[in-house]
Amino acid sequence: MGKMSVDLCGIELDNPVIPASGTFGYGLEFSELYDINILGTFSFKGTTREPRFGNPTPRIAECASGMLNAVGLQNPGVEHVIKYELPALKKVFHKKVTANISGSSVEDYVYVSELLDREEQVGWLEINVSCPNVKAGGMGFGTSCESAAAVTKAVRAVTRKPVIMKLSPNVTDIASIAKACEDAGADGICAINTLLGMRINPRTGKPVIANVTGGVSGPCVFPVALRAVYQISRAVKIPVIGCGGVSCAEDVIEMMCAGATAVQVGAANLVDPYACKKIIENLPAAMEKYGVETLSGLTERALCAPGL
Amino acid sequence: MKDVIFTVIKNVPLTKNVYEMTLCGDTSDITRPGQFVNVKLDGLYLRRPISVCEVMRDRLILVYKVVGAGTEKMAALRKGAELSLLTGLGNGYDISVSGDRPLLIGGGVGVPPLYMLAEKLLELGIAPAVILGFNTKDEVFYEKEFSRLGLTSVEVTTVDGSCGTKGYVTDVLDRYEPTYYYACGPLPMLKAVHRALPCGGQLSFEERMGCGFGACMGCSCRTVTGYKRICKDGPVLYKEEILWEK
Repeated sequence: MGKMSVDLCGIELDNPVIPASGTFGYGLEFSELYDINILGTFSFKGTTREPRFGNPTPRIAECASGMLNAVGLQNPGVEHVIKYELPALKKVFHKKVTANISGSSVEDYVYVSELLDREEQVGWLEINVSCPNVKAGGMGFGTSCESAAAVTKAVRAVTRKPVIMKLSPNVTDIASIAKACEDAGADGICAINTLLGMRINPRTGKPVIANVTGGVSGPCVFPVALRAVYQISRAVKIPVIGCGGVSCAEDVIEMMCAGATAVQVGAANLVDPYACKKIIENLPAAMEKYGVETLSGLTERALCAPGL
Repeated sequence: MKDVIFTVIKNVPLTKNVYEMTLCGDTSDITRPGQFVNVKLDGLYLRRPISVCEVMRDRLILVYKVVGAGTEKMAALRKGAELSLLTGLGNGYDISVSGDRPLLIGGGVGVPPLYMLAEKLLELGIAPAVILGFNTKDEVFYEKEFSRLGLTSVEVTTVDGSCGTKGYVTDVLDRYEPTYYYACGPLPMLKAVHRALPCGGQLSFEERMGCGFGACMGCSCRTVTGYKRICKDGPVLYKEEILWEK
């Protein structure tokens, strides 16, 4: 294993940097910009049983050091992804991809998971029980221990691939939900999805986003994500992926100091399409600066030091 | 798409709130009229998409209206300021289908991309007719610039009649018999033009964007041929594929 490599649920990543779902499409747009094989993996666009157009526009707003989105899980549906997106991706990406899955019923999650379990290109199933932008489902499953565990258990039963539950910060106690997922058979936790927020145009007095509310992401949520990772990694034994506002190599190190095994980069990709490439290139210098010998060592140290 | 640092050469007001910014940098990825750049501004998280008005070797001209925090920051930039631009975004207009009498119709801040379009058509030996629509005389810009290209048919309309023909761009359309049209402007104008002209055409749309290069699905719209991203599959749509939702 190299200095930057990490073990994510039994699969080795060359480095812990993972573009987050919804900011990287199915990889093709970014493969035209740089060799995406430098990534640890990436999490593809949240995929559902049926095609979804998503919410009406405007879907995007801005805030200090961040943004809001209410895209609403626009995606072409799992059959299309398997027939067109994965074969196209195979030509440009030779590592395992993370399949991000969403649904509005337990049956939906199971249906999509069963189909993607058969795909050799897929390394992990990342189960989104935390989308704040769709009425039925999404976050509804991630806001109680019982429903999060029910989805985990149902998906766990139909796949041999590692199951990573992507959790919402819009809850009272994220660590207890993570623990419920672990007990139901989850192999990993990804935290956090976006925080529910809104903006109003003072000229019109009306919401900027057509959906009224949207999910906040970007550097402004980094401290919230870091806190969630810290709490979760002390409550569970399975790996935690830190996600939320990560924008530079220092942020990656900080996340791993909190107990993260790997790190997702979301909004930063939208502002700087080369963000992940730059983070990976800057990691060795940042490691040297902070005297970090191996990145996986950071996680181990964090988890051995409960009083950190 | 390229991420390029540009230097501001000039940034001057054309009207009360419309500015013309000249920048210097690598413009090689800007290949078609109707494309846009996405501008990173200090202190703002998201980039701001601005249509390209003209490209001449390493010079880029952006004409923009001050409408919010981003364009206010742009207007305050002085000579020598450096800006990160994602260049060559969007599909741009297809000029190969224009026929010999194309009509360019611009409304307000929809006028700038038509300037580069007119230049490109002239390079093919095609002289388009141009209609520029504004609300009042004070808002009129680029009329002389279009005439200076050697175009003989440049018509201005103003809603209050203070300059050119009184009314909307659609009020003068019956004077033209275009082979094709290219339009850019506010949504009601695009709709009215779409209804009024029987010939084929291409229309450029605006939407709030996240990334500007097709990654976030922030600016999707429905079309006859399925959903499209305004930033990547647009901003220019063919008349036949448009579904008017709003």
